[in-house]
Amino acid sequence: MPDESILSDEFIRELINVGEVDILVGVPTHNDARTVGQVVQGVRAGLLKYFPRARSVIINADGGSRDGTRDLVCAASINDTVGSNLPALRTLHSISTQYEGPPASGTALHTILAAADLLQAKACAVISPESTSLEPEWVERLLRPVIREGVDLVLPVYRRHKFDGMLIRNLVYPVTRAVYGCTVQEPYPSDYAFSSNLGSNFLNQDLWTQEQGRHGTELWLTLAAIIGRYRIYQSFLGTRGRLESPPSDLVKAMRETAGLLFCSMDCYPAAWKDLREPLPAPCGGCQPAVSLEPMRVNRKRLHQMFTFGISQLEPVFSSILSTPTHEELKRLATLPENEFELPEPLWARTVYEFAAAYHRAVIGRDHVVQALVPLFRGRALTFLTENREAKESEIESNIDKVCQAFEAEKPYLLQVWDGGK
Amino acid sequence: MWSNFVGEMTRAADEILKGFARFLPRILEMLVIVLVGWVIAILLRAIARSILKIARFDKLSEHTGATQLLRGAALPSLTELTSRFVFWIAWLGFILLGISVLGVAGFDEHVATFIEFLPRLVVSLFILFFGLLAASFFSRAVLLGAVNANLSSPRIISWAVRTMIILFVVSMAFEELSISSRTVVVAFGMTFGALMFGLALAFGLGGKDLARRYLEKRFGSEPAEEQHDHEDELSPL
Repeated sequence: MPDESILSDEFIRELINVGEVDILVGVPTHNDARTVGQVVQGVRAGLLKYFPRARSVIINADGGSRDGTRDLVCAASINDTVGSNLPALRTLHSISTQYEGPPASGTALHTILAAADLLQAKACAVISPESTSLEPEWVERLLRPVIREGVDLVLPVYRRHKFDGMLIRNLVYPVTRAVYGCTVQEPYPSDYAFSSNLGSNFLNQDLWTQEQGRHGTELWLTLAAIIGRYRIYQSFLGTRGRLESPPSDLVKAMRETAGLLFCSMDCYPAAWKDLREPLPAPCGGCQPAVSLEPMRVNRKRLHQMFTFGISQLEPVFSSILSTPTHEELKRLATLPENEFELPEPLWARTVYEFAAAYHRAVIGRDHVVQALVPLFRGRALTFLTENREAKESEIESNIDKVCQAFEAEKPYLLQVWDGGK
Repeated sequence: MWSNFVGEMTRAADEILKGFARFLPRILEMLVIVLVGWVIAILLRAIARSILKIARFDKLSEHTGATQLLRGAALPSLTELTSRFVFWIAWLGFILLGISVLGVAGFDEHVATFIEFLPRLVVSLFILFFGLLAASFFSRAVLLGAVNANLSSPRIISWAVRTMIILFVVSMAFEELSISSRTVVVAFGMTFGALMFGLALAFGLGGKDLARRYLEKRFGSEPAEEQHDHEDELSPL
């Protein structure tokens, strides 16, 4: 049964006019006029080139843009009488709706899922309006495994700068791999595709009134697919363009990633405590996925914020961390920047102790997540130092080393989970 | 003369014995009430302890920071302390009830005053407990926020928030108990006012640019320009 409560009457009328579709591509937006036109044109080209016979629709779920984003999306609508350099065998609808409430990627996904359910779409893709490097091939690489091979979730693999996505590489990916036994390199995707089966199941989950239903919902979808043992596939998409203004709010990012990971570990302990075998997530067309252009990084500031955090948050850390881990971190805080190193095993133990503290709610759970931020800065500094001169293969092997440390320390997680510090 | 003396003494002893015989059943009655009260108080303590353990009261106490305070004062856990409180209140009630049976003049009035005072005592303890909870939560939130925003002196800011809330809570508790309520409220008002005035001056002078930027961003007619003052080009996600 579609969840129609989130869809406005007008939007439902538009969807009914579209009728049943094979493919639905969702584009969540909020003041993205600068980039969304280019992205939607890319999506349209991909659909017309690779799925000309499929009944398709582009759905824009907008969070209240004031810069004409919605008009740009609607302009991408074509039918078989309108001229285009690509042959159109079917009408390609492109409709936009403004969801209620404040802008949130989770609410946008909820709208897209409800629309996909109503239109009985066989495959659904979500494309970020910031994916300016999107090629028509991305659409094919994301949707074909769902349509042809019966895969439930297709996650992207991008070629990214070696220092991009450090929170993913040092925390989200290693924890997902070690705890849930699934090697998905981008567990928090911005471009992805899923089957109607997974979409319906996810839509009917009781999460839309909770925090994970508003922010970080994409990560929650990945975790739900892993926990539900759905078929997962990874597609190499190519270079992901760098954002003009990368998100600087590390606390928000930590809530959306570590907060959600800890929450899922707390909600579904049976899914990872007695993990029998890993869940395969084969990667199609994967290549070395890092680029090495120079980047401006303020290492001194990272070091200063780590040492400052350790000294100021002593009472908070003493309720979260075990004494040996806390002492070791305090010792690291005394080291000068050029000698500083937060090694992988200590980082893994620290994260696991935070997960256990979150589970036992030793202090407010949001406070546990926030307290991890200064420690992550320390880990980020170590990652930067280690990989300053590293080549592609070395970086990949260093990321693998982080994952292995988390895997090796998993028994420690089981030990601290219920047993206290 | 001797026979008169003996007679008086015998009469006095007789009266004492008669008086004692009249009073003895009341004493026994009082002792029975106190003993039964003691047993009931022990039962109530056990019930309170079980309920608090089931409700994970100690965890809540840890969140409030009350556990650390109690530990510092070498006191038992809050569950233990509350159940002991229940025990003593119940037993004290029975002791007072027992003493009232003795019929001591004017004592009933004191018992009535004590019983009237009990609900206010419980309410003020609740105010104190939840006030400590709020003080601990908000001071920690401020501490974490200040550290992650790299503000200077996060501990002082956090301490100021904690002190303000505790001051507010203590004044509310005293108000509830009607103990020097005017003095406490006036003292609180002065301290709070001085603190707010100081903060207003500090933020007004130190953060006028920040306030202007915020107001422009919040109420400006056009969508705000993204700020490009990141520490570097790193993207965590």
